[in-house]
Amino acid sequence: MTTLTWTVADSATMVRRNLKHALRYPSLTIIVAAMPIVFLLLFVYVFGGTLGAGLGGPSGGRAEYAEYLTPGLLVLAIAAAAQGTAISIAMDMTEGINSRFRTMSISRAAVLAGHVVGAVVQTMVGLALVVAAALLVGFRPDAGVVEWLAAAGFLALVSLALSWLSVAMGLATKTVEAASNVPMPLLLLPFFGSGFVPTDSMPAGLRWFAEHQPFTPIIETLRGLLTGTGIGSDGPVAVAWCVGLTVVGWLWARRNYENRPAR
Amino acid sequence: MEPAISVRGLRKSFGSTVVLDGLDLTVAEGTVYALLGPNGSGKTTTVDILSTLTPADAGEVRVAGHDVAQDPRAVRSAIAVTGQFTAVDNLLTGAENLRLVADLLHLGRREGHARAADLLERFDLVEAAGTSPSTYSGGMRRKLDLAMGLMGDPRVVFLDEPTTGLDPRSRRAVWDVVRGLVADGVTVLLTTQYLEEADQLADRIGVLDGGRLVAEGTAAELKRMVPGGSIRLQFADRRSLDAAVRVLRGATVDADALALEVPSDGGVRALKDVLARLDEAAVDVADLTVHQPDLDDVFLALTGRPTTDDPTHRKVTTP
Repeated sequence: MTTLTWTVADSATMVRRNLKHALRYPSLTIIVAAMPIVFLLLFVYVFGGTLGAGLGGPSGGRAEYAEYLTPGLLVLAIAAAAQGTAISIAMDMTEGINSRFRTMSISRAAVLAGHVVGAVVQTMVGLALVVAAALLVGFRPDAGVVEWLAAAGFLALVSLALSWLSVAMGLATKTVEAASNVPMPLLLLPFFGSGFVPTDSMPAGLRWFAEHQPFTPIIETLRGLLTGTGIGSDGPVAVAWCVGLTVVGWLWARRNYENRPAR
Repeated sequence: MEPAISVRGLRKSFGSTVVLDGLDLTVAEGTVYALLGPNGSGKTTTVDILSTLTPADAGEVRVAGHDVAQDPRAVRSAIAVTGQFTAVDNLLTGAENLRLVADLLHLGRREGHARAADLLERFDLVEAAGTSPSTYSGGMRRKLDLAMGLMGDPRVVFLDEPTTGLDPRSRRAVWDVVRGLVADGVTVLLTTQYLEEADQLADRIGVLDGGRLVAEGTAAELKRMVPGGSIRLQFADRRSLDAAVRVLRGATVDADALALEVPSDGGVRALKDVLARLDEAAVDVADLTVHQPDLDDVFLALTGRPTTDDPTHRKVTTP
């Protein structure tokens, strides 16, 4: 076997390990879905009437806000899952098993890939739960099969990017507590973007930031795929951000893993 | 034949703290070498460097015929490491842990399962195989840890304080495993702060202090390096004791106990000499004991300190 096929085989073994963890302890997947669902209920039923009216659409109100909110909430759910990933890799690094992995003749990328792919699968399951909840509170997307597939693929890409970034963050921190704090900005960025309100309702400086940070094109692309709003240049910009963040996260994670002290 | 482990001029510092200060070490294939030293003497750092976990600052380290710095992958495929903190996955069962290792070794499904079953049997873990290691006793966790290391048929096994924190029964079980490994021709480097453990298992012992070896040899050789051995002679009556005192100069008399203590290196020749002189003077000896300095004495003599400052960790010497 070549090095590449070994790396792939080892990665598959590590993914199985991480999925087994997720299946045996489903609480983390549920937490991934629970926080965005609470936000969904909060924003639709508490703020939804007022915020929906402010959107200026023909119908206005709660139903229209659910329509606007759901794509942003899905991206927020990915960011929340990324925080969970940073915590779980930081916890895993404190386990003795990682010293064993380091003294075995296996690809070091495989250990990290196991976490990332496992996290993406876990996130997609969580997202399915959030979508189900959104449908229950009145989210009525007009996406067809192709759009749904494209949206799922796009969400997986976003999740991949944020997972590599959060794995890198989890490896960069020395304690599990720190690992849970470092990804915090990822959770706030959808709010300082087009996740909850349109950016043109914001004051000039904030608006400039909102329009140039990665979450806005990502959310707009998803919104376009699900609810049929215009995507325009947001699509390629969002994909470029995701690919860029994946590469940066991957390189950073590998470096952190190599440089991490043995114990 | 190239030794299984050879270390030349190994140095390692963490910040301004020098942990290893020019360590030289050679371990012949198929032997057990014990690194003996108190906490903070550099034992774990040595194992970490030899097992490719930590890079060295300077020096040459070869394990199983490969340079640790140049060819870490080749080293990794020849070694197994059991550290002070058990390297098991607590979210998987015991059997799953073994199969995880089998998959990472690319053993194939059938062989992986067969070897896992074999090791579970050998380490008496069959009943616990279906439960998480977090429910195991310390001894069982250590055994699972060892079993995972042995899945890959290692040529060199590193055991970093393998019995620290184990009860006496588990400790003996680990010792039996080590003896079994040696019988199969595996080379073992173990670190320990228990002198008895080094005495029981090791072909050679290196005493580590301040990041370098301060003495090396077999247990018996080390003990002979230290003065303080003696032959204690017990007599039936005062008359025999007095007669003995006359022929054995320099002995310490314990008149109340009718005993005489003769300084000696503990060797057979010295003993023969003492007995010959008593024989010449026709003195009857009621009882005789040879006291050899134990490794505690050795350690104290070599480093000027007892092995451990903490009395609760002081080992109990078997008589």
